[in-house]
Amino acid sequence: MGDVKLAFIVQKPQYKGETSRLAITHAISYQTVEILLEDGDTVTPKLCFIGEGVLGLQGKQNAMELYGITSTESHMKNSLLVDLDVLICKEDLAKYGISESEMPDAEDMGADKKIQIVPFAEIQKAMEEAKHVLFF
Amino acid sequence: MGMLTIGCFPGLVGNMTYDFALKLADAAVTKGHKVNIWFSGNATGSIKAHQKHLKDYSTGEKHLKALIEKGVEICTCEACTVARGIMKTEGIEGVQWNAMHWYLAKIHASDRVLQIGGE
Repeated sequence: MGDVKLAFIVQKPQYKGETSRLAITHAISYQTVEILLEDGDTVTPKLCFIGEGVLGLQGKQNAMELYGITSTESHMKNSLLVDLDVLICKEDLAKYGISESEMPDAEDMGADKKIQIVPFAEIQKAMEEAKHVLFF
Repeated sequence: MGMLTIGCFPGLVGNMTYDFALKLADAAVTKGHKVNIWFSGNATGSIKAHQKHLKDYSTGEKHLKALIEKGVEICTCEACTVARGIMKTEGIEGVQWNAMHWYLAKIHASDRVLQIGGE
């Protein structure tokens, strides 16, 4: 069957429910899915944040220090570390007045990938190219 | 016939979304389709055995057992489940326990996927 492309579309803020976080962790799990697939089969997700889903993604989060739990920032970094394509809607960041420079990177962890801040048209393209689109 | 995978994230009690997911699964498997259900988030609370079916509340156990009997593969996210204090020994027999890659593997083989979001 080869590669199956997926688009994970996060529309809800990370702080408003569990499912936005689960979108990230489910996308990250593409790293280990091959143990359950036939040789040559792969899953390639793109993790996209649109609408209110762009809220709460900023860097410098202190969830571990204050609440003893991992932060959204740490999940974003882990996504980059496993070479996941992370797309954030440029227009929606602007809509909420969030600076693009506030988005975290994972350079300190040695990740090559960076968060991609893209026009919605790019996210639309990711959805069109995907076999399945999953909304969170 | 095709393969349908349903990602079910809402809690059992407090909405009808969970009930809808199970009804849909039943309709699909009855038509002859292969059906997989992945529970994550609050939906994982529904795999605990010995649920008392009070008529004011939705119930999972009876329907899950019936779906398993019909050949539906049902799997719960182990991390989400144990985080809610439910251990494997307390789960409904026949429900599989695995990690999130189970869901992605089923998606890989599926003709259609329905991601049913939760709280």
